[in-house]
Amino acid sequence: MISEHLPALVVVLPLLGAPLCLVLRRGAPAWGLTLAVSWLCCAGAIALLDGVLSEGVVSYALGGWTPPWGIEYRIDPLNALLLVIVSATTAVIAPYARRSVASEVPAERRHLFYAAMLLSLAGLLGIAATGDAFNAFVFLEISSLSSYILISLGPSPRALTAAFRYLVLGTIGATFILIGVGLLYMVTGTLNIVDLGARLAPLGTNRTVSVGLAFISVGIALKVALFPLHAWLPNAYAYAPSVVSAFLAANATKVALYLLFRFYFGVFGAAYGLEALPLETILLPLGLIAAFVASVVALFQIDLKRLLAYSSVAQVGYVVLGVGLANQAGLTGAIVHLFNHAITKGALFLAVGCLAYRGGRMTVAGLAGLGRRMPLTMAAFVVGALSLIGIPATAGFISKWYLVIGAIEAGLWPVAIAIVASSLLAVAYVWRVLEAAYLRPAPEPNAPRNETPASLLVPTWLLAGACIYFGIDGSRTVGAASEAAAFLMNLAR
Amino acid sequence: MRSVLDHYNYWIAIILMVVGLYTVVARGNLIKRVIGLNVFQTSVFLLYISMGVVTGGTAPIVIDDPDAVYSNPLPHVLILTAIVVGVATTALGLALIVRIREAYGTIEDDEISQLEEPER
Repeated sequence: MISEHLPALVVVLPLLGAPLCLVLRRGAPAWGLTLAVSWLCCAGAIALLDGVLSEGVVSYALGGWTPPWGIEYRIDPLNALLLVIVSATTAVIAPYARRSVASEVPAERRHLFYAAMLLSLAGLLGIAATGDAFNAFVFLEISSLSSYILISLGPSPRALTAAFRYLVLGTIGATFILIGVGLLYMVTGTLNIVDLGARLAPLGTNRTVSVGLAFISVGIALKVALFPLHAWLPNAYAYAPSVVSAFLAANATKVALYLLFRFYFGVFGAAYGLEALPLETILLPLGLIAAFVASVVALFQIDLKRLLAYSSVAQVGYVVLGVGLANQAGLTGAIVHLFNHAITKGALFLAVGCLAYRGGRMTVAGLAGLGRRMPLTMAAFVVGALSLIGIPATAGFISKWYLVIGAIEAGLWPVAIAIVASSLLAVAYVWRVLEAAYLRPAPEPNAPRNETPASLLVPTWLLAGACIYFGIDGSRTVGAASEAAAFLMNLAR
Repeated sequence: MRSVLDHYNYWIAIILMVVGLYTVVARGNLIKRVIGLNVFQTSVFLLYISMGVVTGGTAPIVIDDPDAVYSNPLPHVLILTAIVVGVATTALGLALIVRIREAYGTIEDDEISQLEEPER
């Protein structure tokens, strides 16, 4: 009975939770509600993924209006996996939020913080669940508007300018997507994503469709922070509250990347075949450049969160590169990297949040001696950092492995070498952090151990542990990802 | 020439789109940027409403005449939603500008960057 409505419930629950947070008017109960909702969503998303993997695509007609006229929620292997990524990382971050938010957000704003967080979650899950192009735009704006609010609640005044900048660029990006969807609607008269692919095919390419593809590509590139359209991301992640940095780094760009998959494979690939798309000429080079340039810029960052933010831009590059390869292995690598990077960056930003809880804003130099003062927190950071590089037995290794195989299968040896070479850059920027934390003398050598409280440490280690667990036993994640990749490749025949 | 003029509504949409984007990029004043953003979004509203037109169609309200041709109501409904999104974005942008002004004492982009520089 309930399972029948799960596709809508995972979106509706956080959407209803947000106004309830406003009614509660206090931080603590609002936090409790957020926790409960995020755990329920996570359970629902896992049930959906299991259902889809065993029984195939689930189609849910919202309000009983049959698709393609009504809005369809369509859960297939790809977005079921994405629903799990978003809701699971949120479910881990939610318990962490209480203390961290209490230390960074003033008491009278805390319930508003949780309301915005639930709205953002609803938007992200909605983008993943919906099978309707316009509905995806609306959810994109719901999640974006609430994430501007979340970022602006950061402790420094620079959070405000970062949020404003993100608002301007994010709105331009979303409006570009809206224009693209409008142009496709002009040609086909439908907004259903599956229907769009089917109806475009017999029409052949024409200028309206090409312009639509261009608008959608640029709009999504802005939202995923694909180099060179990444300007909003570093400050937004650096000055947001710690919880928000982790939440956005784990989820926001992943969902936008999902839109890229959906439009490229589900609409344009399904209609014209992958050869008609600018994969090898635009996406592949941009992904590679992003991986290199952002890693080099990360090398020179003083602020720890900015360093991680630039590394996020580089990781987006890897995923886009995997899409550009356009073969089964490369796509599997790209999809599994959505998951692996979500837990890796989640763990890293939570670890930095722990450091910030004890010591305020963190610079790389300010880490001196913390390896001894906060050993467990720093150890979690080390695990996340190793996974970021892609050391074997961490989650990051698995995704890079598939990306390299994908590059070799595509006959692109230089790309395979470049992936490995850019990982060496990651070694360099991670080493700066570790060197500061473990090898530099502490400013006060006799300072006592000052470990983070357990309520912050446990979620951090849950994600760090997941990096190791899914690095050693990648069968479940890779299984789901290759299923999703095969599904996408099939769509694009 | 006629075909150019016949599509004048699309030309207006394109002009507004470019004017809006230019304002967002070229102006340092945060309020002007929000205005640019609004112009840009409005151009998209026009684009959507233009595509709903059916030649010879009347307003999409059911009347008794069985031969009546109606305009396509769907783009109008979509744009109502998009207008709501646009209003929310503007409100949030202006609220942020108020707080930026409280924190920095200015809403000029270059002056804000100057104030931010020493903190790095």
